Amino acid sequence: MDQNLYNYLLMLGDNSMILGHRLSELCGHGPSLETDIALTNISLDLFGQVRNIFQYAAKLNDQESSEDSIAFLRNERQHYNCILVEQPNTDFAHVILRQYLFDQFQLLQLNFLLQSKDEQLKAIAAKSIKETKYHIRFSSEWCKRLGQGTEISHNKITTALELLYPFCNEFFETTEVEKEMMERGIGPNLEELRVQYFDNVTTLLNEAGLSIPQTPFRVSGGKHGRHSEHLGYILAEFQYMQKTYPNMQW
Amino acid sequence: MSDPNNKNEWPIFEIFIRSKNGLEHRHVGSLHAADATMAIENARDVYTRRQEGVSIWVVPSKEITASNPEDAGELFEPAEDKVYRHPTFYELPIELKHI
Repeated sequence: MDQNLYNYLLMLGDNSMILGHRLSELCGHGPSLETDIALTNISLDLFGQVRNIFQYAAKLNDQESSEDSIAFLRNERQHYNCILVEQPNTDFAHVILRQYLFDQFQLLQLNFLLQSKDEQLKAIAAKSIKETKYHIRFSSEWCKRLGQGTEISHNKITTALELLYPFCNEFFETTEVEKEMMERGIGPNLEELRVQYFDNVTTLLNEAGLSIPQTPFRVSGGKHGRHSEHLGYILAEFQYMQKTYPNMQW
Repeated sequence: MSDPNNKNEWPIFEIFIRSKNGLEHRHVGSLHAADATMAIENARDVYTRRQEGVSIWVVPSKEITASNPEDAGELFEPAEDKVYRHPTFYELPIELKHI
């Protein structure tokens, strides 16, 4: 099996899966009916992307794993998502800002994957990018509204920015796996994406009347399986059914 | 539930969806939004998530002038006995649909 490609797929899929789960926690709790439906739609889109990626990973693994076993039977250290996406919902400003900071990365990444040398990933990117373009439209629009809204909304999104922005650097810390994917023309050059990412983020934040926090970037490690304390709680809930009733099916 | 005098609540918009090109926009319901841009986004999520449409119109509900239900007698009842206004006396070619 192409172990590095397999691990790369887990990295891609875990970001969407963990963020998708975080958004699903809001189902029925959104601040308004309209935003509740919007966030849940985004969650479902992300899970759709995860399924495509994990089905492909299972195929690479000669069907020794399935999309379900990949999703539900790995422990914390076997997850490779960035630490940003596992951060708690806290309030609507946190939800929106976390979403925007991820969407901006995901959009650049999918944009590269449209020309990936891996045909399957290319096809998945072509399908996913339309969804992601809508996600970023939603999240960036809301960043501007909150940033330029009332004093309360401005303060709330500023607090969220100070907490979440320092996690963004992790997207671009190239692991061995990602380096190989770049050399094989399968994945992007993350250093190139980094420049574009922070340009775009800075422009949006300025438009929203927010300033870039001066806090240093935080410790990373998510892509190596080292996570914040939140992931364990997420997995406890996410994997509950499969662990309580092994091999259960819908 | 929603109080039109409550300034803290988003205004209501009426939503019109065109289900496919060539057909007219139809009223599908209403929702809350801070402004027209947000109303379009919200309508996309609330009313087109099952592929219901290709185009969305939003109109602030307060911009709609409605007929008064009390006037229904004079407005609508006179048409009741005017069957000749229905074009039922024509033979329609079979090719014509949706009429």
